[in-house]
Amino acid sequence: MDHSIAITEQDIWLALERVKDPEIPVLSLVDMAMISKVELTNEKCVIHFTPTFVGCPALDMMKRDIKTEVELLGIATEVVLDMNNTWSSDKMSTEAKTKLEKFGIAPPVTIDDSELTQEALDRVRCPHCHSTDTTLRSAFGSTLCRAIRFCFACKQGFEQFKPI
Amino acid sequence: MSGIKDLLFKMADDALIIGHRNSEWTGIGPVLEEDLAFSSMAQDKIGHAFALYTILHESFGEAEPDTLAFKRTEKEFKCCQLVELPIGEYDFSLMRHFLFDHAESLRYEMLANSSFQPLAQVAKKVKGEIKYHVMHADSWIKQLSNGTEESKARMQSALNFAFPYALGIFETVDSEKELIDSNVFLGEAELQKRWLENVSAILQGAGLTVPAVDPSKAVNGGRKGFHSEYLQPLLTEMCEVVNTDPDAEW
Repeated sequence: MDHSIAITEQDIWLALERVKDPEIPVLSLVDMAMISKVELTNEKCVIHFTPTFVGCPALDMMKRDIKTEVELLGIATEVVLDMNNTWSSDKMSTEAKTKLEKFGIAPPVTIDDSELTQEALDRVRCPHCHSTDTTLRSAFGSTLCRAIRFCFACKQGFEQFKPI
Repeated sequence: MSGIKDLLFKMADDALIIGHRNSEWTGIGPVLEEDLAFSSMAQDKIGHAFALYTILHESFGEAEPDTLAFKRTEKEFKCCQLVELPIGEYDFSLMRHFLFDHAESLRYEMLANSSFQPLAQVAKKVKGEIKYHVMHADSWIKQLSNGTEESKARMQSALNFAFPYALGIFETVDSEKELIDSNVFLGEAELQKRWLENVSAILQGAGLTVPAVDPSKAVNGGRKGFHSEYLQPLLTEMCEVVNTDPDAEW
């Protein structure tokens, strides 16, 4: 392909920031730390993409969205599922976690590769009133990555992004 | 080589079939949270099956994951009979989930260190997801065993019924030795030993009596393709849509 202006890797990353997680529309796939590698040659661009949950039903949709968005730059794009890289909620940036909380979902607590414990799950702050007097109602919620919690201070139910 | 394939097939088939059974709770769970829990676990399990079938396809030249899931005969499935059983009452489904997922959790922890890299990578990922399944099972086992006299009696009888089937998870096949020798997998006997320690601690803590491990009572056969009367009707239902037009493009 002949490009009048060469596409840089930076352009690709900027395009990827426009691709949102379909289940959490305030976060891009870059915020989610789901893009593990971008390979750019003159002919094409290969995006390596790490799933959050193996059975996430939005995977195909995200792959399609990546391809569509990057190809708008005018370069053939291939999206490959990267199973050699294990995704962890600890990889999400602080900025991403702030966006998540503003959106009304409690961000995942840091687990630092250690064993996930009940105590870790209990250190969760309510995204509405910021009280930590909250409890786990169900480890399973509206999507695979969310749990349902309840805040005793403001008496509201809320969702939490599961630490994994 | 055939050892790894046998391992992948039995694990994938367990996940697919328990996933299908879990999904049968969608819409009829005893409370909304349990409806969501079993539905979410179903989705996770089917995702795990897909990841394992993908390894079979990519590393061993087996058919595409969908073909492996929907176009094999009953005899070709290598799931244990525990996962085939109908969902029954909630007490049975919960106890099965508890017994099965403790084994899954330990299995994936072991396999995260497997010398067979594609499986080790999947295991590293899946073990984090299974933690939530185990946590869910443990908390309900504790609550219901410490609930009323009726709930405790139901948990005990569900345990007594499910236990011999759970021992069938650990049925071995001849090809296992090569897996142990080549550090792919530590083997079913070691897994069963660790599993028994973990489930016994929770069950005894909840005031239930753990049945004696009697190998002669273990419901085996599944790993060699011998199944209960419940698998074929499940496969017929699961494959009903595909079979209306087997060559359709999806």
